[in-house]
Amino acid sequence: MTALGPAASLRDAYGAALVELGERDPGLVVLDADLSGSTRTQLFGQRFPDRFFNVGVMEPTMMSIAAGLSLGGRTVFASTFAVFAAGQAYNFVRQSVCYNRANVKIVATHGGLLVGGDGGTHQMVEDIGLMRGLPGMTVVVPSDAATTRAATFALAERNGPAYVRLTRESLPTVTDGSFRIGRAAELRSGNDLTVVAVGALVARGLELADDLARLGISVRVLDAASVKPFDEAAILKAARETGAILVLEEHSVLTGVGALVAAVTAEGHPVPVRRIGVPDLFGESGDPWALLDRFGMSMQRIRDEAWDLLRLRGRVE
Amino acid sequence: MMEPPRTADVAALETTAREIRRDIIRMTYLAGSGHPGGSLSVTDLLTALLFREMRIDPERPTWPDRDRLVLSKGHAAPALYAALAHRGFLPRAELATLRRLGSRLQGHADRGKLPAIEASTGCLGQGIGMAVGMALDARLAGRSHMVYAVLGDGECQAGPTWEALMAGGHYRLDRLVVLLDRNGLETDGPTEAIMGIEPIADKFRAFRYRTVEIDGHDFPQILDALAEARSRTDGPTAIVARTVKGKGVSFMEGKSAWHGKPPSKSEAERALADLGSPEEVPAR
Repeated sequence: MTALGPAASLRDAYGAALVELGERDPGLVVLDADLSGSTRTQLFGQRFPDRFFNVGVMEPTMMSIAAGLSLGGRTVFASTFAVFAAGQAYNFVRQSVCYNRANVKIVATHGGLLVGGDGGTHQMVEDIGLMRGLPGMTVVVPSDAATTRAATFALAERNGPAYVRLTRESLPTVTDGSFRIGRAAELRSGNDLTVVAVGALVARGLELADDLARLGISVRVLDAASVKPFDEAAILKAARETGAILVLEEHSVLTGVGALVAAVTAEGHPVPVRRIGVPDLFGESGDPWALLDRFGMSMQRIRDEAWDLLRLRGRVE
Repeated sequence: MMEPPRTADVAALETTAREIRRDIIRMTYLAGSGHPGGSLSVTDLLTALLFREMRIDPERPTWPDRDRLVLSKGHAAPALYAALAHRGFLPRAELATLRRLGSRLQGHADRGKLPAIEASTGCLGQGIGMAVGMALDARLAGRSHMVYAVLGDGECQAGPTWEALMAGGHYRLDRLVVLLDRNGLETDGPTEAIMGIEPIADKFRAFRYRTVEIDGHDFPQILDALAEARSRTDGPTAIVARTVKGKGVSFMEGKSAWHGKPPSKSEAERALADLGSPEEVPAR
């Protein structure tokens, strides 16, 4: 078992990757909506001021401008907080970007409850559902800085719209950065239970696996960073080989990855699935990590649900 | 007042516009749905753009230096399709497929289906932002082609329209020209009764647009305004074109009821008689 790697900022990884992409591709353009310090697009803006447009507080129109910039063949990145990118601008992402098949990569920071103090208005827990429902949209939810970097490069290579959800908080390094679009990464092998996790909760899935390993229980951990296209094959293989799936996400359980896993398994290989995530509630102000516990994503809850599934499977008494 | 060749030119444009209007009536009648009112009001603006002012070539629809047209009021798609067909970008016979299953002519134009469309529009307040993006793209690429955005007046009630206009003014996009089809009516009635947008020319000026007000059915005025816009080097232009909703069809003129309602068979035949000559249309 490897311990978790040191915490690193996903946003810093994104900003650094953008600068590298800007060096490689002289046509690449970046937009932001008055949050360039927080999203780290400022790094690109300082290096390439002519190709950086801080449009101010107009997230809907930022999406239209980004689409217009891209239609002649450019790769365009647009960043703001998740609540603005997926919420405020939804129909502009839908029509200007997706319906136009525009090559726009929306990289949203501050997804989920981990926004913390700003409270429920800014804690976007519906974005994965909104964005994965859009035809033609690629959706990636990186679990660490290494995957953020890899995903930024991978999406720049792929023509078409994409949405990336980053967290404000730094996260422990859990992957080797070998992210591939359409593939779930198997971070732990195991046959008694599978954990499918995204974003900040991948680390909790690994903690669970390591705890249970001491009891002789092997838990497979899949990092489902590529939410769309989704690695259905890996999910169905896990369903066949481990017989139960626990999903962890810092997102509404109504429309997130848990709902997706439940649908995929129900159609392809029905097994017990438990969804851990944000219930049908808005968030609230508080310490970011305490919020995860408060809203039902504590390690204790994760252990309890895992234990239930193992009991159902007859793996434990 | 005007030189003789120009008069001949204007007459030719008027003939073309009449043919486009006739197609709008035939198309919306056959489709059984659509937006004739705002299509008829914008016809002369589109005719002046596509047949005179714009540097475009049906043989090279993706020519990088072509001028761009974004129909931000996407519901006027029948006017755009008909104008593009007369200009040689698609077969005229295809116009009869408007809104039919499998047609390239979607109810609101889709660039994924019809390459002559520069930007897919429909939901309002978005095409203008895409036009701003296109003008920024051209500037970055060192190209000098024009980008025309055609706005509806109901669309001027939408906040994002002003976001995009603000951006066009802020970046001093001298290749950007906003044409407002100011027919005064939206779906439910007069704009000024529902949510007033006046003084609209002053609003454009406040957003840093050199703004002219013209009669949107007078070709010399339209062409002059477009020529002046092309000659600008210091910022964007707004052309407030006063128009008549349903223009050219006596019983549709000035009636918001014809915003989103197609003509019946007898109405289509009366409309075609108004537009030059009687014609029997097939049963729908």
